[in-house]
Amino acid sequence: MKIVVCIKQVPDTAEVRINPETNTLIRDGVPSIINPYDMHAIEAGLQIREKAGGSVTAVTMGPPQAEASLREAVSMGVDGAALVSDRAFAGSDTWATAYTLSKAIALLGADIIICGKQAIDGDTAQVGPEIAEFLGIPHVAYVRRIDDVRDNAIVVQRLMDDGYDVIESSLPVLLTVVRELNVPRLPSLKGKMAAKKAEIRKLTASDIGAEEASLGLNGSPTQVKNIFAPEAKKDRQMLAGTADESIDILVKELVARKCL
Amino acid sequence: MFIKVNRDKCSGCETCITSCPFDAIVMKEGKAEITEFCQACRSCLSVCPEGAIMEVEEESDRKEKGQGRGVWVFAEQRDGVIAGVSFELLGAGRRLADMLGTELSAVLFGCSAADAAELIRWGADRVYHCDDPMLCSFNDEPWSGLLSGLIAEHKPEIVLAGATPIGRSFLPRVAARLKTGLTADCTSLDIDPETKNLVQVRPAFGGNIMAAILCPNARPQMATVRPRVMKRGEYSASRQGEIVRMDAGSIQSRTRLIETIKEVSEVAINLQEANIIVAGGRGVGSEKGFQILYELAAALDGCVAASRAAVDEGWIPYRHQVGQTGKTVSPKLYIACGISGAVQHLVGMQSSDIIVAINRNPEAPIFNVASYGIVGDLFEIVPKLTKKIREAKGL
Repeated sequence: MKIVVCIKQVPDTAEVRINPETNTLIRDGVPSIINPYDMHAIEAGLQIREKAGGSVTAVTMGPPQAEASLREAVSMGVDGAALVSDRAFAGSDTWATAYTLSKAIALLGADIIICGKQAIDGDTAQVGPEIAEFLGIPHVAYVRRIDDVRDNAIVVQRLMDDGYDVIESSLPVLLTVVRELNVPRLPSLKGKMAAKKAEIRKLTASDIGAEEASLGLNGSPTQVKNIFAPEAKKDRQMLAGTADESIDILVKELVARKCL
Repeated sequence: MFIKVNRDKCSGCETCITSCPFDAIVMKEGKAEITEFCQACRSCLSVCPEGAIMEVEEESDRKEKGQGRGVWVFAEQRDGVIAGVSFELLGAGRRLADMLGTELSAVLFGCSAADAAELIRWGADRVYHCDDPMLCSFNDEPWSGLLSGLIAEHKPEIVLAGATPIGRSFLPRVAARLKTGLTADCTSLDIDPETKNLVQVRPAFGGNIMAAILCPNARPQMATVRPRVMKRGEYSASRQGEIVRMDAGSIQSRTRLIETIKEVSEVAINLQEANIIVAGGRGVGSEKGFQILYELAAALDGCVAASRAAVDEGWIPYRHQVGQTGKTVSPKLYIACGISGAVQHLVGMQSSDIIVAINRNPEAPIFNVASYGIVGDLFEIVPKLTKKIREAKGL
């Protein structure tokens, strides 16, 4: 079984704030991490390998420093790692990202491709299903359990708003996974040693045979027009005074507005 | 289009470095340089005191704009019941279609002709309806195949769908196939008066900032919208429209639905339908701290919710989470206790009618959306508020 896990290095966004006056980000010392959902994708890949045999390769598309996230994946136990990196990928939206990754995955070959359900910096959840479309294979999103892995099929549970669907898919297939699926393992000492020595395969635009017009900013149908801080509400009021005074005013207001 | 620094003008003041949301500006030999992380968001253009940062247009920017006419809404159903978000999308779609002076169409897979007619009463001029029993339950491949075929045939300029597990799973396949843009989880949609392009606003970076996204050349412009973000349009029992019945053709799929298990959490349903919600964040401090919130909620006959921070700390289960990665709610009254107000949380509750914020930090962004703000210790204020409310209600 050839398993490919797609991971992304992201800023730990819980700590990113915007300065509402200047519309700029305050990001001093925000650390980079592996996208948390992708940690579950790595764990899923390792668990499938433990049951069905085969190999797990971690792939990331990003700048040269994203190599650190691949080494972390190696420390958890993946067998190989590939960094898809090229200046031509700059400014990729989800379409161009999925196109690029699909070309890299086609080169590596895979029976099962696993992605986190979304990355916490963009939260789009689009790249996984788009990769499947580019590769011409089926996908199942929001996988919360893997029930069975056979040579040519897989049975998984897809999380829905009102419960879950049990789905059987032929292989090759792409899965996007949610946190309920598993608990990612910690790196072992042996893994950490392996991570230091691991050879990271580097793939450029020409290595993966990508069409230039489909890459980066030029290959991206969407563009960021501008970014801004969320608007403040207009009819807002701060209740001053002691706790008792402000509670008095609040309760009167709530009664007047028929909330109680 | 790309962003460039004029090295002769750059004074090396580093002002632009912090302005970049993508960390795409570095200092090289005392001058700013744009790296490959640049998303061309233009944030840095206005901050440079020397005017050294500029946009450079490329030959390929002057692409032919794709053709397209009409606004489409994908009307999602599950178990033969049209999802609420479909009616909200018809409200949003109607407004966009009127702004563009064009028609609004809905696409419905599964359900009956009576359901299709209902979509017309909610604002559609036309419904493309395919009632093949094979399409009744959601399946990515047939649904994406059929929808992309329809879009390729009729060439709408805008396609909207719900940002539900279903919409978020199969719409990306449609966009990939049609080589067009898809913007996830939009919180507002508008038409640029000059270019007539769809301006799609969505939270980014965990919801700490908002981004306006365009799909300037490719068509259709596709977007998903979360449930309960847009208002429903006007219902008119006498509204007339056209229902176009379609054949599904031969349906093939490599995935098969074995069974559907319903596992509806009562909390989740109650939260989305609650009139009053009392929510706690990091400031609540512990699982035990939530006790006073439950007491306040009980006095108000409301439900308890939480921010991502409190859920991540393990103080309260995920099904209580409100925000971009949790539930979106819009109660009559939302009381936020010890919640700082990251956009991640705000996008899930800011359409509430009345928002009360209780927080120790007067600078907390939650106060920007609060109808009533109280700066203070929630452990003092919440129990007193509970007592006062019980008195007011004569309990």
